[in-house]
Amino acid sequence: MEEPQAWVPSDPRSRPSHDQVVAGLKGIDEGGPELVQLLTPEGERTTDHRFDAYSADVGAEELKALYRDMVLVRRADREGNALQRQGELGIWVPLLGQEAAQVGSGRALRSQDMAFPSYREHGVAWCRGIDPTELLGIFRGTDHGAWDSAATGFHPYTIVIGNQCLNATGYAMGQRFESKVGDPDTGEATICYFGDGATSQGDVHEGFVWAAAYDAPLVFFCQNNQWAISVPLSRQTRVPLYQRARGYGFPGVRVDGNDVLACLAVTRWALEECRTGNGPVLIEAFTYRMDSHTTSDDATRYRLADEVELWKLKDPIERVRVHLVRSLGVSQDFFDGVEAESEALAVRLREYCRAMPSPGPERMFSEVYAEPSPQVEAQREEYLAYHASFDGEA
Amino acid sequence: MATRTMAKALNDGLRAAMERDPKVLVMGEDVGRLGGVFRITDGLQKDFGEQRVLDTPLSESGIIGAAVGLAVRGFRPVCEIQFDGFVFPGYDQIVSQLAKLRYRTQGRVPMPVVVRIPFGGGIGAVEHHSESPESLFAHVAGLKVVACSNAADAHAMIQQAILSDDPVIFFEPKRRYWEKGEVGDDLAAAPPLHSSRVVRPGSSITVATYGPMVTTCLDAATAAVDDGHDIEVIDLRTLSPLDLGPVADSVRRTGRLVVVSEAPGESSVSAEVAARVQQECFFSLEAPVLRVTGFDTPYPPSRLEDDFLPDLDRVLDAVDRSMAW
Ligand SMILES: Cc1ncc(C[n+]2csc(CCOP(=O)(O)OP(=O)(O)O)c2C)c(N)n1
Repeated sequence: MEEPQAWVPSDPRSRPSHDQVVAGLKGIDEGGPELVQLLTPEGERTTDHRFDAYSADVGAEELKALYRDMVLVRRADREGNALQRQGELGIWVPLLGQEAAQVGSGRALRSQDMAFPSYREHGVAWCRGIDPTELLGIFRGTDHGAWDSAATGFHPYTIVIGNQCLNATGYAMGQRFESKVGDPDTGEATICYFGDGATSQGDVHEGFVWAAAYDAPLVFFCQNNQWAISVPLSRQTRVPLYQRARGYGFPGVRVDGNDVLACLAVTRWALEECRTGNGPVLIEAFTYRMDSHTTSDDATRYRLADEVELWKLKDPIERVRVHLVRSLGVSQDFFDGVEAESEALAVRLREYCRAMPSPGPERMFSEVYAEPSPQVEAQREEYLAYHASFDGEA
Repeated sequence: MATRTMAKALNDGLRAAMERDPKVLVMGEDVGRLGGVFRITDGLQKDFGEQRVLDTPLSESGIIGAAVGLAVRGFRPVCEIQFDGFVFPGYDQIVSQLAKLRYRTQGRVPMPVVVRIPFGGGIGAVEHHSESPESLFAHVAGLKVVACSNAADAHAMIQQAILSDDPVIFFEPKRRYWEKGEVGDDLAAAPPLHSSRVVRPGSSITVATYGPMVTTCLDAATAAVDDGHDIEVIDLRTLSPLDLGPVADSVRRTGRLVVVSEAPGESSVSAEVAARVQQECFFSLEAPVLRVTGFDTPYPPSRLEDDFLPDLDRVLDAVDRSMAW
């Protein structure tokens, strides 16, 4: 792995102006010269000597599988959005545009690995075998995330920005303390997802420090989607985010977050570094949030339609489709099949959502403590009796 | 007097404070271009510029910590914390620095910082968006903790908080943002920031509450008339230091008190009110002080918040129990 060239201003007067920094940071067109890309927006497969070995096995079948993942994940996401508009969900956090970053990194994980997501990682959840129906409870308000995180290797969603980075660090330290690190095949690793905005939080910096101090087998996976609600990347950093890693003493790589192949390869490499004891690693997936921040947000208040139009040209799904058709001669039947499958998934999601029962009030008092608290137990008894006193009333 | 929503009243109050004093800054996540996720700061950046209305990096410790430094330099920062559950990354700065600098420096360094926090439930949100952490701040000496409950108070109290040389943790009941009320523009005519107030006089029982529960208790008082109960409702407004005077006066007349809040009851503002009233009004009490609060559980998924949050029926039930004593 070559160390990326760090930006070191030689003479303070030659420093870029704030506007230049912003322009460079955004490098909105291409993500800058260090961007790792294996499939261009035009659908052409390219090479990168550092990461070719990590994508060499990806042939037509594997690419079709990645395509299918992304289409299904996008369809589930759009259905989540629609269900919110129909009043079935209180809120939805769309991942539109980030399918490649999530599916590419998610498919690089092995069963022995652990993922600590933020709240937009529906595509990673999919790769961890979590059915999209299991995500609905959080957004419908029936639970706080009901999947089994130990069985799936997928920690609960974390809504408080950056918090999970330290938890992921601790988990990865545990993997090392239990000597689960060292073997490129059976070694364990952890991956932690967060956004560009999160990089301003103390917890994320502390996570970097701790992970480095304990050589934790941890991949910090930053999805730089350019915006933290209304705040652009330039308000969070003056240097490209992947370069921050250097200051903490571990490698950082910027990958084209809309290129599923590159995300897969780079994440496989990073996980292997961790498995063999060379962690931590920072990956900055350079991507874009195509929809609003959440269904409660109105992105037209702060960003230009032009920017969105530009990123449409770099759609993560479209470039794989083009490659499958033009270079690998995949027939229309395949695409029709995936389309039908995605429609069926949407129908299943919709029906499941509408039929979801609300929890009863007893749920409020359950599992507050491992050892029952007499106070909470008393409140449960009292409230359930009070609740029952309304039974039979209109 | 004009009728405005609480959100607009806060916006107008901030604007008036910024016009009055060029040292007043508004800072927080998304407060500029977006006008805040609740639009409380809408239009301020457009009119006052990016140096007075700062869209900050995403870091609460940074927001509060930088505000402390700006205050040392003579500014009067008004920080917005986006939601109640996100104040904790900044809690260290609040407790360790903001609350203690005046004391530590024997008054040489005042801390005119306001931290605005939309708080409480009832809006159907996901985790960390519906909490009532006020007691955690009320327990910290050196902070002033207030909660507004209606548009008129919001308008006056935010200006008074900004004028104060002490750090003020300013709680805004987010589910009441869109409720309208008459708002006057004469700040001198407004009651002092640190005062409790009788918002509905009554003779048979006292209900003391604050923030989002004031409306609920007023509704309960209206409903209770049919049962022959004349409830006096007191809006505490200032949670720390507590202005117990009006509550004690009221309890001496009615002999009964119910304290209502959304926050869990254990070690809370409601517990403090109950303890102080039994201490000061022991011989006037006809019944034990009762409390109606959120349960001692983390905030539940939103489909359960109607069960978690005290409602009119639970307030009336407590009133009945007290009256029946
Ligand atoms: C500690 C904290 N502060 C504020 C928020 C409110 N908030 C939710 S998402 C968000 C922006 C996050 O941006 P980024 O980290 O870039 O992730 P993205 O949503 O773009 O994936 C903010 C400010 C929060 N959830 N947690």
